[in-house]
Amino acid sequence: MNRYKEIFFHWLFVVLGFSALAFLLAITLLIFKEALPIFKHTPFWAFISGQFWYPTYEPPDFGILPLILASFLVTLGAVVVAAPLGIGTALYLTELAGRRQRAFLKPLLEILAGVPSVVYGFFGMVVLAPFFQKAFQLPTGLCALTASLTLGIMSIPFICSLVEDALSVVPRMFREASLALGANHWQTLTRVVIPAAGSGISTAVILGISRSIGETMTVLMVAGGAAVIPKSFLQPVRPMTATIAAEMAEAPFGSAHYHALFGIAAVLFVLTLIFNVLAEAVCQRFRQKLGSKL
Amino acid sequence: MENKPSVRLQTIQVSFFYGEKKVLHNISLDIYQNSVTAIIGPSGCGKSTFIRLLNRMNDLIPGSRLQGTIMLDGQDIYQPQVNVVELRRKVGMVFQKPNPFPKSIFENVAYGPVVKGTRDRLLLQNIVEQSLRKSALWEEVKDRLYENALTLSGGQQQRLCIARCLAVEPEVILFDEPCASLDPIATQRIEELITELKKEYTIVIVTHNMQQAARVSDYTAFFWLGELVEFGRTEKIFTVPENKRTEEYLAGKFG
Amino acid sequence: MRPEISQKIGFSLFKLSLFITLFFLGTILWFIAIRGYRVISWEFLTTGPREAMTEGGVAPAIIGTFYLVLGSLIISGPLGVGCAIYLCEYNPPGPIANIIKASINNLAGVPSVVFGLFGLGVFVKFFKFGVSLLSGSLTLGILSLPLVISSCQEALLAVPHSWREASLALGASRLETIKRVVLPAAFPGILTGFILSVGRVAGETAPIMFTAATFYMRGYPNSIFSEVMALPYHLYALMTEGIYPEKQVPIAYGCALVLLIVVLSISTVAIILRHRYRIAHGE
Repeated sequence: MNRYKEIFFHWLFVVLGFSALAFLLAITLLIFKEALPIFKHTPFWAFISGQFWYPTYEPPDFGILPLILASFLVTLGAVVVAAPLGIGTALYLTELAGRRQRAFLKPLLEILAGVPSVVYGFFGMVVLAPFFQKAFQLPTGLCALTASLTLGIMSIPFICSLVEDALSVVPRMFREASLALGANHWQTLTRVVIPAAGSGISTAVILGISRSIGETMTVLMVAGGAAVIPKSFLQPVRPMTATIAAEMAEAPFGSAHYHALFGIAAVLFVLTLIFNVLAEAVCQRFRQKLGSKL
Repeated sequence: MENKPSVRLQTIQVSFFYGEKKVLHNISLDIYQNSVTAIIGPSGCGKSTFIRLLNRMNDLIPGSRLQGTIMLDGQDIYQPQVNVVELRRKVGMVFQKPNPFPKSIFENVAYGPVVKGTRDRLLLQNIVEQSLRKSALWEEVKDRLYENALTLSGGQQQRLCIARCLAVEPEVILFDEPCASLDPIATQRIEELITELKKEYTIVIVTHNMQQAARVSDYTAFFWLGELVEFGRTEKIFTVPENKRTEEYLAGKFG
Repeated sequence: MRPEISQKIGFSLFKLSLFITLFFLGTILWFIAIRGYRVISWEFLTTGPREAMTEGGVAPAIIGTFYLVLGSLIISGPLGVGCAIYLCEYNPPGPIANIIKASINNLAGVPSVVFGLFGLGVFVKFFKFGVSLLSGSLTLGILSLPLVISSCQEALLAVPHSWREASLALGASRLETIKRVVLPAAFPGILTGFILSVGRVAGETAPIMFTAATFYMRGYPNSIFSEVMALPYHLYALMTEGIYPEKQVPIAYGCALVLLIVVLSISTVAIILRHRYRIAHGE
């Protein structure tokens, strides 16, 4: 009897063990299955390179180039804000902060990393957008710049904590060896610690990019929502995630529009997958490089 | 060697604290020019802590505190105006576990001169070759200078670390259990090397291996529970120790 | 002298980036706290919205978020613990373990709006659960699965291997060892993981937009097939829907503050617990 119980639970755990894989496959299958019909309507290439997104016109245009470019533009801006600040803050925490300061700041940043994206979006709408509108004399403050800054601020704690992890994995003996050879703190940092943590830091930035591309609420609320090819940071844009979130509710089930939104999701899915795989590969190199030292 | 060598490093009534805990008690010790001084004792006796005071590596430990004076050539190295970087260039250190940087062999050895500001490629090549020759590694690595240092064996890595230390042109070299993670053959090579280096440098070596201390050192200091129990010429300590504890330790009764 | 100068400049830049970071994050919290504080009252917390969302409170949204979080944990808890047990205790062969780990990582990287579409396609449409608490909980459960798995794994790995060996050497089976030695020891860590995922789920908006949430409902959800209001979605709706934006913004501040307090206090508890737990396991 007991033996059967053992076997039953063994197989139960095996099944549960595969749950993450199963859901990943299910998501992939569903997204692509629902996306396929749109490529009968608009060929794949025309879909991603089309310059016009008029899903409710007659006949509709399903070109998502403006949406892809908007996603990249906003993400680029976010990374420009978040990467230096996140890395700088992490370096401050690991290199300069005293023990007491660190004991306070580290959990604080961890907690702030949990602020929901909708709250950032809300802040962007009520504070940053009016500010930029006045500062740059814009017709609306809801634009790529506001979205980038909001998204950037949101990504700082995320990037910071990953960079900190990467830095703390660098063995202490590397630092000691460098100091013992007469290098000062700065030289030790720039010549030994940062190069050793380099791929870990890159991983952090890549994951930050991936998350920014996939982030929905912030850009939905502050990017402005104009589905045109973006020409500047001061103009309203409509990233892929915002398009899906804004239009799904009104797209009739099974319509071309519905499938087109799944098509966007498929593109988004593949993009983030590429960045995640890239991050994983870089991270692997990081571990190998320090491998014999861990 | 018998005619009164000059004192290079001197610790006077040195005590050291981790927070409230006193880990070294009033250590007074002289380290002589062109000699090897071995520091022995059971693990946890403070020998590594002590040697790390000599080039101020313990500065990195938060909440630690030093009492007493440590003099290098008659100058207190813990005075605020002392440049720690300069001090560490004069007093080099080789660590317990080989710790080459994840860079090429060349870059590892050239690291010290480069951070000092040497940029001349030819000069660097020269320094790297000389240092690797002195550490008896040149013949083994001369064809693979640009390979990652982590591809070397453990013993080779440790000799690389010694070369890296020599490239800074220190006057005193501190060895913190340099053979602790090496096999007997690699250990023997390092010991030969230390004996060779003695001609040019002043050497302090921490070891838990008594035979090693007997083989390589001129002077031996025996530490026990953070105190210096006995210090003197190695032959004397190993044959006619004055202190009963030293005798017991050497006889293998504890530790 | 040069390295000293670059050191000075470099270190001041690090300090500056810390200040800018704290300034940004502090500004956000400060604005919301000050303006939200004026709105929050006992009535705000205990009544529903009235007069087309221009008056009243957020009680149904608080309740709805509570249900959604609970529902998602019922899904992700057992699945996550089971998956972690398989990975840590049953030592699957290398390639399988790698595939599973890779899929956990990639699942964690899927954008939340894609989870929303998945929930819409599978639970709302295919299984015909409709826009409901059930569909939303399932979607959020899958979304938080990677987080739950990795914190459970951390908790299981923190249990010393020698305890397992001791138990096995005493003649206990693998299942007995898991039940009597591993799980009790890992329990605080697993619980922390659950709390962490609750904090994350409570703030998610995109996944519930088309699977569970509604702007407005009279009363409270009475079955798992009801639509629900939820704090994050309510905040979004207050800012983008409705007819009287100027009257809705103050309520939105209140709603944002309530959401922040809920999410941040949950994650603070989780982070403090995790910190203690890690210290107890000598990290």
